[in-house]
Amino acid sequence: MAALLSIQKLRTIFYTEKGRVKAADDINLDIAEGKTVGLIGETGCGKSVLGLSILRLLPRNAGIEGKICYKGQDILRLSGEQIRRLRGKEIALIPQSPSTSLNPVLKTGVQITEALQLHQKLAREEAWKAAVEMLQSFNLPDPERRVKEYPHQLSGGMKQRILAAIGMAGKPSLIIADEPTKGLDAIIRIQVVEVLHHLTKKTGATMLLITHDLKVAAGLCDEIAVMYAGEIVEHGPAEEVLGHPRHPYTMGLLASSPNNGLKPIRGCSPSLINLPAGCKFHPRCGKAREICAKKHPPLVTKNGSQVRCIFH
Amino acid sequence: MLKCIARRLVLMIVVVLGVTMMTFSIMHLAPGDPAEMIAIAKYGMEDLTQEDIERIRKAEGLDAPVYVQYAKWLSHTARGDFGRSLITGEPVLEEIWYRFPATLKLALAAMMVSLFIAVPVGIISALRQYSLIDYLSMTGALIGVCMPNFWLGLLLILLFSVYLGLFPVCGYGGLRHIVLPALTLGTGMAAIVTRLTRSSMLEVLKQDYITTARAKGLSEKKIITDHALKNAFIPVITVIGLQFGHLLEGTVIVETIFAWPGVGKLLVDSIFARDFALIQGCVLIFAVIFVIVNLLVDISYVYLDPKIRYEKEH
Ligand SMILES: Nc1ncnc2c1ncn2[C@@H]1O[C@H](COP(=O)(O)OP(=O)(O)OP(=O)(O)O)[C@@H](O)[C@H]1O
Ligand SMILES: [Mg+2]
Repeated sequence: MAALLSIQKLRTIFYTEKGRVKAADDINLDIAEGKTVGLIGETGCGKSVLGLSILRLLPRNAGIEGKICYKGQDILRLSGEQIRRLRGKEIALIPQSPSTSLNPVLKTGVQITEALQLHQKLAREEAWKAAVEMLQSFNLPDPERRVKEYPHQLSGGMKQRILAAIGMAGKPSLIIADEPTKGLDAIIRIQVVEVLHHLTKKTGATMLLITHDLKVAAGLCDEIAVMYAGEIVEHGPAEEVLGHPRHPYTMGLLASSPNNGLKPIRGCSPSLINLPAGCKFHPRCGKAREICAKKHPPLVTKNGSQVRCIFH
Repeated sequence: MLKCIARRLVLMIVVVLGVTMMTFSIMHLAPGDPAEMIAIAKYGMEDLTQEDIERIRKAEGLDAPVYVQYAKWLSHTARGDFGRSLITGEPVLEEIWYRFPATLKLALAAMMVSLFIAVPVGIISALRQYSLIDYLSMTGALIGVCMPNFWLGLLLILLFSVYLGLFPVCGYGGLRHIVLPALTLGTGMAAIVTRLTRSSMLEVLKQDYITTARAKGLSEKKIITDHALKNAFIPVITVIGLQFGHLLEGTVIVETIFAWPGVGKLLVDSIFARDFALIQGCVLIFAVIFVIVNLLVDISYVYLDPKIRYEKEH
């Protein structure tokens, strides 16, 4: 199947006073049309940076190299105006932090309808109606009232659903959802997951789902990519990666999840400014040998899965 | 909302009381015998005996303790009687009322000048951070903040009146007369507002909700006008209110330099003449204006920031 999005040799570096932060390094990732790809990994490993790189929404101190091909055209070579036309309409973002991602001085309804008016060319009143309907379909209680309120009057879960509505307003082909279930209680989480599932299945939309929740990932994703310190260390079909993890980091990540006994990986993730030589995971890896500290393993494809470990 | 305004009114009375009480005591602590000064001002220097002075002291009630004098002034003022100028004998209210339009004109002109320059320049500097425009305007603002009013006023007079002959040196009249005093008075505020607008705008542009707005595909213009400006203005509005106090303070110096016949100059003149009634009147009017402007600022603040609106309603 043709890849809707093909990321090749992507490298995103932040130039800071303390040094160069390698937030994404040598990322190769194809997302086929209609598929949901999950992106998992510890906090700070570069998941959001990868997502924002695709939309070119990073601050000015970020440098992006490589290729991000969307429907055959390289996003990194588009002009400012061309990338703006893709945003919201072709590729949408459901941002990570609901508490800070909504404009505090605008009514939530305004923030949804402006996207609806822009992308679906709806008139004002139609847009408001459509916004209410969308929120209703996301199981937001009392949507007529909520669209007339300001973000600070809503709970985190409500804001999350407002953000989801903004993201879906342009009927995008590709959705980058950055932890859309964060901060939701179990019942709401299931509802939001169902909504996302419904949307991707019904509209055939493709999704890059960034999440910490392995259960959500298992339920929604066709494929899973595991990120560690700016690199993809394992990528394959969801049941393979979650059922038979091959990279020691993935094993550790699975063992540390609440459903599997909460065994944390020893040590902590490295600074992205001073990365260890060789395999970036070797200082924390139980299986590490001498060679792991010297040789940086490539991402090897085997039986339809990719692993970045010298032992595979 | 009404409750909030009522609370502000009470606060206003407290502020006005405090300010007038302070000036009253400071004026009485200042060196020089007020009775003598009045006597000189009213009757001329030569034929002045100690008896004359004592007579005036009694007549004007200056022999009573300061707090008694203040209480007396207060009780009269509360009833709408602001007294008469000790020098000219004219009612204080009339004297101030007569001068007030000039000060109002000057203050508004200064504020217009500074806001119309400062806000756009601040926004452009933020949008073009580290560009030539940004460096120039920030350097200008730094100079503007540091420059004292009296010095700037004299420089402007030298350049534009004496050398270029573009504007009159001083005096009150048409549009040409107001240019230099308004520039002098407005520069400090313009400098501060420019810097604040810039930093506030830069801060807002870094926020996550701006990324959300970008991700929607909105044009850069819409992001600025619909999403950034209102947020960026919240701190700016507060500072404009506070700066207005400095602006009033500035009228005292600027009106004196440019011989602008406003309340500021009236205040300076009455201080030199130890005209207590008039001093108190001027200070009172300044205090009231300051508090009213800050009330207006608070109201606009409520309009800008829905969080505050919500808290005030409930
Ligand atoms: N503007 C920036 N300047 C410098 N470093 C940055 C910037 N933004 C992100 N980073 C760094 O990039 C790294 C990756 O951040 P990112 O937000 O992608 O992590 P994440 O995987 O999404 O984590 P989380 O699960 O907590 O959301 C972090 O180490 C972070 O410190
Ligand atoms: Mg993140």
